[in-house]
Amino acid sequence: MPIVLPFERPVVELVTRVRELRELARSDARFGAELERLEEKAAKLAREVFAGLTPMQKVQLSRHPSRPYTLDYIGRLIEGFVELHGDRRYADDASIVGGIGRFAGRRVVVVGHQKGRSTKENVQRNFGMPNPEGYRKAIRLYELADRFRMPVLTLIDTPGAYPGIEAEERGQSEAIGKAIETMTALAVPVIVSVIGEGGSGGALALGVGNRVLVMEHAYYSVISPEGCAAILWKDGTRAPQAAERLRITAPHLLELGVVDGVVEEPPGGAHQDPDAAARRLSAAILENLRALERLDGAGLRDDRYARFRRLGAFVA
Amino acid sequence: MTLPDKTPAQARPGEKRSLGQGVFHKCEGCGAVVTRERLAEAFNVCGACGWHHVLPVDRWRELLLDEAALERWDEHIAPTDPLEFDDGKPYRERLARAQRTTSRTDAIEIGRARIGGHPVGYGCFVFGFMGGSMGSVVGERIARLFERSAAERMAVILLHASGGARMQEGILSLMQMAKTVAALRRFRDAGRPFLSVLLHPTTGGVAASTALLGDVNVAEPNALIGFAGPRVIESTLRTTLPEGFQRSDFLLEHGMVDLIVPRPNLKATLAHLVELLTPGGTP
Ligand SMILES: [Zn+2]
Repeated sequence: MPIVLPFERPVVELVTRVRELRELARSDARFGAELERLEEKAAKLAREVFAGLTPMQKVQLSRHPSRPYTLDYIGRLIEGFVELHGDRRYADDASIVGGIGRFAGRRVVVVGHQKGRSTKENVQRNFGMPNPEGYRKAIRLYELADRFRMPVLTLIDTPGAYPGIEAEERGQSEAIGKAIETMTALAVPVIVSVIGEGGSGGALALGVGNRVLVMEHAYYSVISPEGCAAILWKDGTRAPQAAERLRITAPHLLELGVVDGVVEEPPGGAHQDPDAAARRLSAAILENLRALERLDGAGLRDDRYARFRRLGAFVA
Repeated sequence: MTLPDKTPAQARPGEKRSLGQGVFHKCEGCGAVVTRERLAEAFNVCGACGWHHVLPVDRWRELLLDEAALERWDEHIAPTDPLEFDDGKPYRERLARAQRTTSRTDAIEIGRARIGGHPVGYGCFVFGFMGGSMGSVVGERIARLFERSAAERMAVILLHASGGARMQEGILSLMQMAKTVAALRRFRDAGRPFLSVLLHPTTGGVAASTALLGDVNVAEPNALIGFAGPRVIESTLRTTLPEGFQRSDFLLEHGMVDLIVPRPNLKATLAHLVELLTPGGTP
Protein backbone atom coordinates (compact mmCIF):
# COMPACT_ATOMS: atom_id res chain seq x y z
CA MET A 1 0.00 0.00 0.00
CA PRO A 2 1.43 3.36 -0.94
CA ILE A 3 1.67 5.84 1.90
CA VAL A 4 -0.94 8.59 1.78
CA LEU A 5 -0.53 11.74 3.85
CA PRO A 6 -3.78 12.93 5.51
CA PHE A 7 -3.97 16.18 3.55
CA GLU A 8 -3.50 14.51 0.17
CA ARG A 9 -6.23 11.87 0.66
CA PRO A 10 -9.05 13.52 -1.35
CA VAL A 11 -6.69 14.26 -4.21
CA VAL A 12 -5.19 10.77 -4.15
CA GLU A 13 -8.64 9.17 -4.30
CA LEU A 14 -9.60 11.18 -7.35
CA VAL A 15 -6.24 10.73 -9.07
CA THR A 16 -6.50 6.99 -8.50
CA ARG A 17 -9.95 6.91 -10.12
CA VAL A 18 -8.59 8.84 -13.09
CA ARG A 19 -5.83 6.27 -13.44
CA GLU A 20 -8.32 3.39 -13.35
CA LEU A 21 -10.54 5.08 -15.88
CA ARG A 22 -7.57 5.69 -18.15
CA GLU A 23 -6.94 1.94 -18.17
CA LEU A 24 -10.58 1.29 -19.09
CA ALA A 25 -10.62 3.98 -21.76
CA ARG A 26 -7.68 2.30 -23.43
CA SER A 27 -9.90 -0.69 -24.36
CA ASP A 28 -13.28 1.03 -24.53
CA ALA A 29 -13.63 4.43 -26.20
CA ARG A 30 -16.98 5.07 -24.46
CA PHE A 31 -15.08 6.04 -21.28
CA GLY A 32 -13.25 8.83 -23.11
CA ALA A 33 -15.66 11.61 -22.26
CA GLU A 34 -15.97 10.50 -18.63
CA LEU A 35 -12.18 10.35 -18.39
CA GLU A 36 -11.77 13.85 -19.68
CA ARG A 37 -14.33 15.18 -17.23
CA LEU A 38 -12.71 13.40 -14.27
CA GLU A 39 -9.21 14.43 -15.28
CA GLU A 40 -10.31 18.04 -15.29
CA LYS A 41 -11.98 17.64 -11.94
CA ALA A 42 -8.93 15.97 -10.42
CA ALA A 43 -6.62 18.69 -11.69
CA LYS A 44 -8.89 21.39 -10.32
CA LEU A 45 -9.27 19.74 -6.91
CA ALA A 46 -5.53 19.08 -6.67
CA ARG A 47 -4.82 22.71 -7.45
CA GLU A 48 -7.31 23.87 -4.83
CA VAL A 49 -6.14 21.52 -2.10
CA PHE A 50 -2.44 22.04 -2.78
CA ALA A 51 -2.81 25.81 -2.99
CA GLY A 52 -3.89 25.74 0.64
CA LEU A 53 -1.02 23.61 1.91
CA THR A 54 1.16 25.02 4.66
CA PRO A 55 4.93 25.24 4.08
CA MET A 56 5.43 22.27 6.44
CA GLN A 57 2.95 20.17 4.45
CA LYS A 58 4.95 21.08 1.34
CA VAL A 59 8.07 19.86 3.12
CA GLN A 60 6.24 16.61 3.88
CA LEU A 61 5.35 16.29 0.20
CA SER A 62 8.98 16.87 -0.79
CA ARG A 63 9.91 13.97 1.51
CA HIS A 64 7.06 11.73 0.36
CA PRO A 65 8.37 8.16 0.26
CA SER A 66 6.69 7.56 -3.10
CA ARG A 67 8.20 10.64 -4.69
CA PRO A 68 10.44 9.99 -7.70
CA TYR A 69 14.13 10.04 -6.79
CA THR A 70 17.18 10.81 -8.91
CA LEU A 71 17.45 7.34 -10.45
CA ASP A 72 13.73 7.42 -11.31
CA TYR A 73 14.31 10.60 -13.31
CA ILE A 74 17.54 9.33 -14.84
CA GLY A 75 15.68 6.26 -16.09
CA ARG A 76 13.17 8.51 -17.86
CA LEU A 77 15.43 11.35 -19.00
CA ILE A 78 18.75 9.80 -19.93
CA GLU A 79 19.42 7.37 -22.75
CA GLY A 80 22.25 4.87 -22.45
CA PHE A 81 23.06 5.92 -18.90
CA VAL A 82 26.29 4.50 -17.50
CA GLU A 83 26.64 4.95 -13.75
CA LEU A 84 30.19 5.75 -12.65
CA HIS A 85 31.31 4.83 -9.18
CA GLY A 86 33.73 5.99 -6.55
CA ASP A 87 35.82 8.99 -5.63
CA ARG A 88 39.19 7.29 -6.39
CA ARG A 89 40.28 8.12 -2.87
CA TYR A 90 38.31 6.22 -0.33
CA ALA A 91 34.95 4.73 -1.30
CA ASP A 92 31.84 4.83 -3.41
CA ASP A 93 29.15 6.82 -1.63
CA ALA A 94 25.76 5.52 -2.74
CA SER A 95 23.94 8.61 -1.45
CA ILE A 96 25.19 10.43 -4.53
CA VAL A 97 24.86 8.79 -7.93
CA GLY A 98 26.38 10.01 -11.13
CA GLY A 99 27.29 9.01 -14.62
CA ILE A 100 27.17 9.76 -18.30
CA GLY A 101 24.56 9.32 -21.01
CA ARG A 102 22.46 11.23 -23.50
CA PHE A 103 19.80 13.81 -22.74
CA ALA A 104 17.71 14.94 -25.73
CA GLY A 105 20.50 13.72 -28.00
CA ARG A 106 23.27 15.52 -26.13
CA ARG A 107 26.10 13.86 -24.22
CA VAL A 108 25.72 14.87 -20.56
CA VAL A 109 27.05 14.18 -17.08
CA VAL A 110 24.37 13.65 -14.43
CA VAL A 111 24.94 13.89 -10.68
CA GLY A 112 22.23 13.61 -8.04
CA HIS A 113 21.49 12.73 -4.44
CA GLN A 114 19.85 9.35 -4.06
CA LYS A 115 17.50 8.29 -1.27
CA GLY A 116 16.33 4.73 -0.68
CA ARG A 117 12.83 3.35 -0.44
CA SER A 118 13.19 0.20 1.66
CA THR A 119 14.97 0.19 5.02
CA LYS A 120 17.79 -1.80 3.50
CA GLU A 121 18.12 0.62 0.61
CA ASN A 122 18.01 3.59 2.95
CA VAL A 123 20.86 2.17 4.98
CA GLN A 124 22.85 1.71 1.77
CA ARG A 125 21.96 5.23 0.57
CA ASN A 126 22.32 6.72 4.06
CA PHE A 127 18.91 8.42 3.59
CA GLY A 128 20.46 10.60 0.90
CA MET A 129 22.95 12.18 3.31
CA PRO A 130 26.39 12.14 1.71
CA ASN A 131 29.76 11.64 3.32
CA PRO A 132 32.81 13.49 1.94
CA GLU A 133 33.47 10.76 -0.62
CA GLY A 134 30.07 11.46 -2.18
CA TYR A 135 31.08 15.06 -2.82
CA ARG A 136 34.49 13.97 -4.04
CA LYS A 137 32.81 11.65 -6.53
CA ALA A 138 30.73 14.62 -7.68
CA ILE A 139 33.90 16.72 -8.08
CA ARG A 140 35.48 13.98 -10.16
CA LEU A 141 32.44 13.88 -12.42
CA TYR A 142 32.26 17.68 -12.76
CA GLU A 143 35.88 17.65 -13.90
CA LEU A 144 35.17 14.86 -16.34
CA ALA A 145 32.33 16.89 -17.81
CA ASP A 146 34.60 19.89 -18.20
CA ARG A 147 37.32 17.86 -19.93
CA PHE A 148 34.94 16.27 -22.45
CA ARG A 149 32.77 19.36 -22.93
CA MET A 150 29.59 17.78 -21.62
CA PRO A 151 26.84 19.79 -19.92
CA VAL A 152 26.22 18.92 -16.26
CA LEU A 153 22.72 18.17 -14.99
CA THR A 154 22.37 17.86 -11.23
CA LEU A 155 19.37 16.68 -9.23
CA ILE A 156 19.13 17.79 -5.61
CA ASP A 157 17.31 15.67 -3.04
CA THR A 158 18.96 15.51 0.37
CA PRO A 159 18.09 16.29 3.99
CA GLY A 160 21.70 17.53 4.26
CA ALA A 161 25.29 16.35 4.46
CA TYR A 162 25.79 13.55 6.97
CA PRO A 163 26.72 14.81 10.45
CA GLY A 164 28.97 11.91 11.43
CA ILE A 165 32.28 11.36 13.16
CA GLU A 166 33.94 9.76 10.13
CA ALA A 167 32.53 12.49 7.87
CA GLU A 168 34.37 15.05 9.98
CA GLU A 169 37.54 12.97 10.04
CA ARG A 170 37.57 12.78 6.27
CA GLY A 171 36.90 16.49 5.80
CA GLN A 172 33.21 17.11 5.18
CA SER A 173 33.76 20.89 5.14
CA GLU A 174 36.56 20.75 2.61
CA ALA A 175 34.69 18.30 0.39
CA ILE A 176 31.59 20.52 0.21
CA GLY A 177 33.63 23.70 -0.26
CA LYS A 178 35.68 22.11 -3.03
CA ALA A 179 32.59 20.80 -4.80
CA ILE A 180 31.13 24.31 -4.79
CA GLU A 181 34.41 25.75 -6.04
CA THR A 182 34.69 23.20 -8.83
CA MET A 183 31.17 23.97 -10.04
CA THR A 184 31.86 27.71 -10.17
CA ALA A 185 34.74 27.15 -12.61
CA LEU A 186 33.13 24.76 -15.12
CA ALA A 187 33.29 25.87 -18.76
CA VAL A 188 30.18 23.86 -19.67
CA PRO A 189 26.47 24.52 -19.06
CA VAL A 190 25.28 23.47 -15.59
CA ILE A 191 21.58 23.03 -14.87
CA VAL A 192 20.46 22.30 -11.33
CA SER A 193 17.05 20.86 -10.48
CA VAL A 194 15.82 20.66 -6.90
CA ILE A 195 13.53 17.63 -7.12
CA GLY A 196 12.77 17.01 -3.43
CA GLU A 197 14.67 18.21 -0.39
CA GLY A 198 17.23 20.97 -0.79
CA GLY A 199 18.96 20.59 2.56
CA SER A 200 21.57 23.25 3.20
CA GLY A 201 25.27 23.02 2.26
CA GLY A 202 24.88 19.35 1.44
CA ALA A 203 22.53 20.41 -1.35
CA LEU A 204 24.55 23.41 -2.49
CA ALA A 205 27.52 21.17 -3.30
CA LEU A 206 25.37 20.14 -6.29
CA GLY A 207 23.74 23.54 -6.63
CA VAL A 208 25.98 26.01 -8.43
CA GLY A 209 24.33 26.11 -11.85
CA ASN A 210 23.83 28.62 -14.64
CA ARG A 211 20.16 27.89 -14.11
CA VAL A 212 18.50 26.51 -11.00
CA LEU A 213 15.05 24.94 -11.29
CA VAL A 214 12.81 23.74 -8.52
CA MET A 215 9.94 21.27 -8.69
CA GLU A 216 6.64 22.71 -7.51
CA HIS A 217 6.59 20.72 -4.24
CA ALA A 218 10.29 20.72 -3.45
CA TYR A 219 11.95 23.00 -0.89
CA TYR A 220 15.40 24.54 -0.49
CA SER A 221 16.62 25.85 2.85
CA VAL A 222 19.65 26.92 4.85
CA ILE A 223 18.54 24.57 7.64
CA SER A 224 15.80 21.98 8.09
CA PRO A 225 12.63 23.34 9.71
CA GLU A 226 13.17 20.89 12.58
CA GLY A 227 16.76 22.03 13.09
CA CYS A 228 15.74 25.66 12.96
CA ALA A 229 12.99 25.14 15.54
CA ALA A 230 15.36 23.23 17.80
CA ILE A 231 17.83 26.12 17.75
CA LEU A 232 15.36 28.99 18.01
CA TRP A 233 12.89 27.57 20.46
CA LYS A 234 14.63 24.41 21.72
CA ASP A 235 11.56 22.62 20.41
CA GLY A 236 11.63 20.53 17.23
CA THR A 237 7.82 20.24 17.21
CA ARG A 238 7.61 23.91 16.25
CA ALA A 239 9.03 23.02 12.83
CA PRO A 240 5.86 24.19 11.02
CA GLN A 241 6.45 27.73 12.29
CA ALA A 242 10.10 27.58 11.25
CA ALA A 243 9.10 26.30 7.80
CA GLU A 244 6.84 29.31 7.42
CA ARG A 245 9.39 31.87 8.51
CA LEU A 246 12.29 30.52 6.50
CA ARG A 247 10.46 30.96 3.15
CA ILE A 248 11.63 27.74 1.60
CA THR A 249 8.87 26.80 -0.85
CA ALA A 250 9.04 27.22 -4.62
CA PRO A 251 7.19 30.57 -4.93
CA HIS A 252 9.40 32.16 -2.26
CA LEU A 253 12.57 30.79 -3.84
CA LEU A 254 11.54 32.31 -7.16
CA GLU A 255 10.75 35.62 -5.53
CA LEU A 256 14.13 35.70 -3.76
CA GLY A 257 15.93 34.96 -7.04
CA VAL A 258 17.39 31.73 -5.69
CA VAL A 259 15.74 29.70 -8.46
CA ASP A 260 15.08 30.69 -12.07
CA GLY A 261 12.01 28.59 -12.69
CA VAL A 262 9.41 26.37 -11.03
CA VAL A 263 8.52 23.08 -12.72
CA GLU A 264 4.83 22.38 -12.32
CA GLU A 265 4.01 18.90 -11.05
CA PRO A 266 1.15 16.69 -12.22
CA PRO A 267 -2.11 16.78 -10.19
CA GLY A 268 -1.43 15.41 -6.71
CA GLY A 269 2.33 15.78 -7.02
CA ALA A 270 5.17 14.08 -8.89
CA HIS A 271 4.57 10.76 -7.12
CA GLN A 272 1.05 10.47 -8.62
CA ASP A 273 2.47 10.40 -12.13
CA PRO A 274 6.27 10.11 -12.30
CA ASP A 275 6.21 9.90 -16.12
CA ALA A 276 4.40 13.20 -16.43
CA ALA A 277 6.67 14.77 -13.79
CA ALA A 278 9.73 13.59 -15.73
CA ARG A 279 8.34 14.97 -19.02
CA ARG A 280 7.80 18.37 -17.47
CA LEU A 281 11.22 18.42 -15.85
CA SER A 282 12.80 17.29 -19.10
CA ALA A 283 11.13 20.07 -21.06
CA ALA A 284 12.27 22.69 -18.55
CA ILE A 285 15.87 21.44 -18.54
CA LEU A 286 15.97 21.31 -22.33
CA GLU A 287 14.64 24.83 -22.72
CA ASN A 288 17.31 26.19 -20.38
CA LEU A 289 20.04 24.07 -21.90
CA ARG A 290 19.25 25.38 -25.38
CA ALA A 291 19.54 28.96 -24.17
CA LEU A 292 22.95 28.25 -22.61
CA GLU A 293 24.34 26.48 -25.66
CA ARG A 294 24.82 29.87 -27.28
CA LEU A 295 27.53 30.77 -24.74
CA ASP A 296 31.19 29.72 -24.94
CA GLY A 297 33.18 28.38 -21.99
CA ALA A 298 34.21 31.77 -20.62
CA GLY A 299 30.69 33.09 -21.17
CA LEU A 300 29.23 30.21 -19.18
CA ARG A 301 31.63 30.82 -16.29
CA ASP A 302 30.83 34.53 -16.30
CA ASP A 303 27.10 33.86 -16.49
CA ARG A 304 27.28 31.55 -13.47
CA TYR A 305 29.45 34.00 -11.54
CA ALA A 306 27.04 36.86 -12.19
CA ARG A 307 24.07 34.72 -11.21
CA PHE A 308 25.38 33.98 -7.72
CA ARG A 309 27.21 37.29 -7.32
CA ARG A 310 23.93 39.21 -7.21
CA LEU A 311 22.20 37.01 -4.61
CA GLY A 312 21.78 38.60 -1.21
CA ALA A 313 19.99 41.53 0.37
CA PHE A 314 21.74 44.54 1.89
CA VAL A 315 21.65 48.31 1.90
CA ALA A 316 24.52 50.12 0.21
CA MET B 1 23.60 23.19 9.04
CA THR B 2 24.12 26.13 11.30
CA LEU B 3 24.90 26.52 14.94
CA PRO B 4 23.11 28.75 17.36
CA ASP B 5 24.90 31.99 18.06
CA LYS B 6 26.51 30.58 21.13
CA THR B 7 30.07 29.47 21.57
CA PRO B 8 30.32 25.72 21.98
CA ALA B 9 33.11 25.57 24.54
CA GLN B 10 36.25 27.61 25.08
CA ALA B 11 34.80 31.07 24.64
CA ARG B 12 31.79 33.18 25.46
CA PRO B 13 30.01 35.47 23.01
CA GLY B 14 30.58 39.16 23.47
CA GLU B 15 34.11 38.47 24.62
CA LYS B 16 34.90 42.16 24.68
CA ARG B 17 32.40 42.62 27.42
CA SER B 18 33.29 39.58 29.48
CA LEU B 19 37.00 40.32 29.31
CA GLY B 20 36.30 43.89 30.26
CA GLN B 21 34.41 42.91 33.39
CA GLY B 22 36.13 42.31 36.68
CA VAL B 23 39.80 42.50 37.47
CA PHE B 24 40.65 38.80 37.41
CA HIS B 25 40.19 36.05 34.89
CA LYS B 26 40.27 32.33 35.55
CA CYS B 27 42.05 30.51 32.72
CA GLU B 28 39.77 28.13 30.88
CA GLY B 29 42.71 25.81 30.26
CA CYS B 30 44.46 25.46 33.62
CA GLY B 31 42.29 27.44 36.02
CA ALA B 32 45.09 29.83 36.91
CA VAL B 33 43.81 33.23 38.00
CA VAL B 34 45.46 36.19 36.30
CA THR B 35 44.60 39.85 36.03
CA ARG B 36 42.70 40.73 32.92
CA GLU B 37 45.23 43.39 32.17
CA ARG B 38 48.03 40.83 32.17
CA LEU B 39 46.03 38.45 29.99
CA ALA B 40 45.22 41.23 27.53
CA GLU B 41 48.89 42.15 27.28
CA ALA B 42 49.56 38.60 26.16
CA PHE B 43 46.73 38.80 23.57
CA ASN B 44 44.58 36.58 25.77
CA VAL B 45 47.04 33.69 25.79
CA CYS B 46 47.50 32.16 29.26
CA GLY B 47 51.07 32.59 30.46
CA ALA B 48 50.89 29.38 32.47
CA CYS B 49 49.38 26.85 30.03
CA GLY B 50 49.22 28.66 26.68
CA TRP B 51 45.42 28.47 26.42
CA HIS B 52 44.15 30.78 23.67
CA HIS B 53 41.11 32.73 24.87
CA VAL B 54 38.99 34.41 22.23
CA LEU B 55 40.47 37.68 20.99
CA PRO B 56 38.34 40.64 19.84
CA VAL B 57 38.74 41.99 16.28
CA ASP B 58 40.54 45.19 17.27
CA ARG B 59 43.15 43.13 19.10
CA TRP B 60 43.62 40.93 16.01
CA ARG B 61 44.46 44.06 14.04
CA GLU B 62 46.92 45.03 16.73
CA LEU B 63 48.50 41.56 16.76
CA LEU B 64 48.83 41.06 12.99
CA LEU B 65 48.79 44.30 11.06
CA ASP B 66 51.66 46.77 10.71
CA GLU B 67 50.84 49.78 12.90
CA ALA B 68 47.54 47.98 13.65
CA ALA B 69 46.31 49.85 10.58
CA LEU B 70 43.42 48.68 8.43
CA GLU B 71 42.05 50.77 5.58
CA ARG B 72 38.49 49.49 5.89
CA TRP B 73 36.49 48.66 2.81
CA ASP B 74 32.77 48.55 2.27
CA GLU B 75 31.62 49.57 5.74
CA HIS B 76 28.72 51.33 4.01
CA ILE B 77 27.20 47.96 3.13
CA ALA B 78 24.65 47.39 5.86
CA PRO B 79 22.39 44.46 6.74
CA THR B 80 18.68 44.41 6.06
CA ASP B 81 15.86 42.00 6.85
CA PRO B 82 14.80 40.27 3.62
CA LEU B 83 12.56 37.67 5.29
CA GLU B 84 11.17 39.99 7.98
CA PHE B 85 12.33 37.29 10.30
CA ASP B 86 10.96 37.12 13.80
CA ASP B 87 11.61 34.25 16.18
CA GLY B 88 10.15 36.00 19.19
CA LYS B 89 12.65 38.78 18.77
CA PRO B 90 12.73 40.56 15.39
CA TYR B 91 15.91 40.14 13.36
CA ARG B 92 16.14 43.92 13.06
CA GLU B 93 16.38 44.18 16.84
CA ARG B 94 19.03 41.47 16.98
CA LEU B 95 21.02 43.38 14.39
CA ALA B 96 20.70 46.68 16.24
CA ARG B 97 21.82 45.06 19.46
CA ALA B 98 24.79 43.33 17.84
CA GLN B 99 25.81 46.60 16.21
CA ARG B 100 25.67 48.34 19.57
CA THR B 101 27.63 45.77 21.53
CA THR B 102 30.34 45.20 18.91
CA SER B 103 30.52 48.68 17.33
CA ARG B 104 30.64 46.91 13.97
CA THR B 105 28.07 47.06 11.16
CA ASP B 106 28.06 43.29 10.57
CA ALA B 107 30.01 40.13 11.37
CA ILE B 108 33.14 40.85 9.32
CA GLU B 109 35.58 43.65 8.71
CA ILE B 110 37.69 43.77 5.55
CA GLY B 111 40.21 46.10 4.01
CA ARG B 112 43.78 46.76 2.96
CA ALA B 113 46.66 46.35 5.38
CA ARG B 114 50.33 45.47 5.57
CA ILE B 115 51.80 42.47 7.29
CA GLY B 116 55.57 42.62 7.76
CA GLY B 117 55.66 45.18 4.97
CA HIS B 118 53.61 43.10 2.51
CA PRO B 119 50.37 44.65 1.27
CA VAL B 120 47.46 42.27 1.78
CA GLY B 121 43.70 42.12 1.53
CA TYR B 122 42.64 41.37 5.11
CA GLY B 123 39.39 40.13 6.58
CA CYS B 124 38.38 39.12 10.09
CA PHE B 125 35.06 37.67 11.25
CA VAL B 126 33.51 39.30 14.32
CA PHE B 127 32.37 36.37 16.41
CA GLY B 128 30.63 38.64 18.91
CA PHE B 129 28.28 39.77 16.14
CA MET B 130 25.57 37.09 16.09
CA GLY B 131 28.11 34.30 16.37
CA GLY B 132 30.05 35.51 13.35
CA SER B 133 27.23 34.20 11.20
CA MET B 134 27.36 34.74 7.44
CA GLY B 135 24.45 36.62 5.94
CA SER B 136 24.29 38.81 2.84
CA VAL B 137 26.64 41.53 4.13
CA VAL B 138 29.35 39.09 5.18
CA GLY B 139 29.05 37.30 1.82
CA GLU B 140 29.17 40.53 -0.16
CA ARG B 141 32.19 41.81 1.74
CA ILE B 142 34.12 38.58 1.28
CA ALA B 143 33.35 38.62 -2.44
CA ARG B 144 34.57 42.21 -2.66
CA LEU B 145 37.67 41.37 -0.63
CA PHE B 146 38.67 38.74 -3.18
CA GLU B 147 37.71 40.84 -6.21
CA ARG B 148 39.54 43.93 -5.08
CA SER B 149 42.61 42.06 -3.85
CA ALA B 150 42.85 40.29 -7.21
CA ALA B 151 42.66 43.63 -9.01
CA GLU B 152 45.36 45.07 -6.75
CA ARG B 153 47.47 41.90 -6.99
CA MET B 154 47.58 41.34 -3.25
CA ALA B 155 47.47 38.16 -1.18
CA VAL B 156 44.35 37.62 0.94
CA ILE B 157 44.46 36.73 4.61
CA LEU B 158 41.05 35.88 6.04
CA LEU B 159 40.52 35.05 9.72
CA HIS B 160 37.45 32.83 10.15
CA ALA B 161 35.40 32.61 13.35
CA SER B 162 31.79 31.69 12.75
CA GLY B 163 28.96 29.41 13.72
CA GLY B 164 27.93 29.18 10.06
CA ALA B 165 25.20 30.63 7.89
CA ARG B 166 22.86 33.24 9.38
CA MET B 167 19.52 31.53 9.82
CA GLN B 168 17.61 34.83 9.98
CA GLU B 169 18.37 35.50 6.30
CA GLY B 170 17.28 32.00 5.30
CA ILE B 171 18.22 30.65 1.90
CA LEU B 172 19.97 33.91 0.97
CA SER B 173 22.58 33.07 3.62
CA LEU B 174 23.15 29.69 2.01
CA MET B 175 23.71 31.42 -1.31
CA GLN B 176 26.58 33.41 0.24
CA MET B 177 28.55 30.17 0.37
CA ALA B 178 28.43 29.96 -3.42
CA LYS B 179 29.09 33.68 -3.82
CA THR B 180 32.18 33.74 -1.59
CA VAL B 181 33.64 30.55 -3.03
CA ALA B 182 33.04 31.74 -6.60
CA ALA B 183 34.93 34.95 -5.79
CA LEU B 184 37.71 32.93 -4.17
CA ARG B 185 38.02 30.83 -7.34
CA ARG B 186 38.37 33.93 -9.52
CA PHE B 187 40.96 35.28 -7.09
CA ARG B 188 42.92 32.02 -7.32
CA ASP B 189 42.87 32.22 -11.10
CA ALA B 190 44.49 35.65 -10.79
CA GLY B 191 47.49 33.92 -9.22
CA ARG B 192 47.72 35.38 -5.74
CA PRO B 193 47.81 33.34 -2.52
CA PHE B 194 44.90 32.89 -0.14
CA LEU B 195 45.87 32.22 3.46
CA SER B 196 43.00 30.93 5.54
CA VAL B 197 43.28 31.38 9.30
CA LEU B 198 40.93 29.26 11.39
CA LEU B 199 39.99 30.70 14.76
CA HIS B 200 37.77 29.25 17.43
CA PRO B 201 35.15 28.29 16.40
CA THR B 202 34.74 27.80 12.64
CA THR B 203 31.80 25.59 11.77
CA GLY B 204 28.81 25.05 9.47
CA GLY B 205 28.40 26.96 6.25
CA VAL B 206 31.51 29.05 6.79
CA ALA B 207 33.68 25.99 7.39
CA ALA B 208 32.22 24.53 4.18
CA SER B 209 32.94 27.59 2.05
CA THR B 210 36.23 29.50 2.12
CA ALA B 211 37.63 28.33 5.46
CA LEU B 212 39.30 25.06 4.44
CA LEU B 213 40.07 26.12 0.87
CA GLY B 214 43.19 28.18 1.64
CA ASP B 215 46.35 27.68 -0.35
CA VAL B 216 47.60 27.33 3.18
CA ASN B 217 45.28 26.64 6.12
CA VAL B 218 46.55 27.90 9.47
CA ALA B 219 44.69 27.02 12.68
CA GLU B 220 44.94 28.54 16.14
CA PRO B 221 45.72 26.07 18.91
CA ASN B 222 42.68 24.15 20.12
CA ALA B 223 40.15 25.85 17.84
CA LEU B 224 36.91 23.98 17.13
CA ILE B 225 36.69 23.45 13.37
CA GLY B 226 34.13 21.30 11.62
CA PHE B 227 31.06 21.09 9.43
CA ALA B 228 28.49 19.69 11.84
CA GLY B 229 28.52 21.17 15.32
CA PRO B 230 29.41 18.71 18.09
CA ARG B 231 25.94 18.89 19.60
CA VAL B 232 24.32 18.10 16.27
CA ILE B 233 26.54 15.04 15.89
CA GLU B 234 25.94 13.93 19.47
CA SER B 235 22.18 14.19 19.15
CA THR B 236 22.12 12.49 15.73
CA LEU B 237 24.34 9.60 16.72
CA ARG B 238 23.27 9.57 20.39
CA THR B 239 26.83 9.33 21.50
CA THR B 240 29.44 11.40 23.31
CA LEU B 241 32.34 12.62 21.25
CA PRO B 242 35.96 11.83 22.08
CA GLU B 243 38.19 14.44 23.72
CA GLY B 244 39.81 16.70 21.16
CA PHE B 245 37.30 15.85 18.41
CA GLN B 246 37.18 18.63 15.76
CA ARG B 247 39.94 20.55 17.54
CA SER B 248 43.00 21.90 15.74
CA ASP B 249 45.23 18.88 16.47
CA PHE B 250 42.51 16.58 15.13
CA LEU B 251 42.40 18.55 11.87
CA LEU B 252 46.17 18.52 11.53
CA GLU B 253 46.21 14.78 12.15
CA HIS B 254 43.52 14.21 9.50
CA GLY B 255 45.28 16.35 6.92
CA MET B 256 42.86 19.26 6.86
CA VAL B 257 45.16 22.08 8.04
CA ASP B 258 48.82 22.76 7.30
CA LEU B 259 49.93 24.42 10.50
CA ILE B 260 48.86 25.17 14.04
CA VAL B 261 50.43 28.46 15.01
CA PRO B 262 50.23 30.10 18.44
CA ARG B 263 49.43 33.80 18.50
CA PRO B 264 52.95 35.05 19.36
CA ASN B 265 54.27 33.52 16.09
CA LEU B 266 51.29 34.12 13.84
CA LYS B 267 52.28 37.46 12.30
CA ALA B 268 55.78 36.31 11.39
CA THR B 269 54.43 33.06 9.95
CA LEU B 270 51.81 34.81 7.78
CA ALA B 271 54.33 37.39 6.53
CA HIS B 272 56.75 34.61 5.64
CA LEU B 273 54.07 32.63 3.80
CA VAL B 274 52.96 35.68 1.80
CA GLU B 275 56.54 36.33 0.79
CA LEU B 276 57.19 32.73 -0.27
CA LEU B 277 53.95 32.39 -2.22
CA THR B 278 54.05 35.71 -4.05
CA PRO B 279 55.35 35.21 -7.59
CA GLY B 280 58.35 37.38 -8.41
CA GLY B 281 58.51 38.80 -4.89
CA THR B 282 56.27 41.40 -3.32
CA PRO B 283 55.88 44.60 -5.35
ZN1 LIG C 1 46.09 28.53 31.55
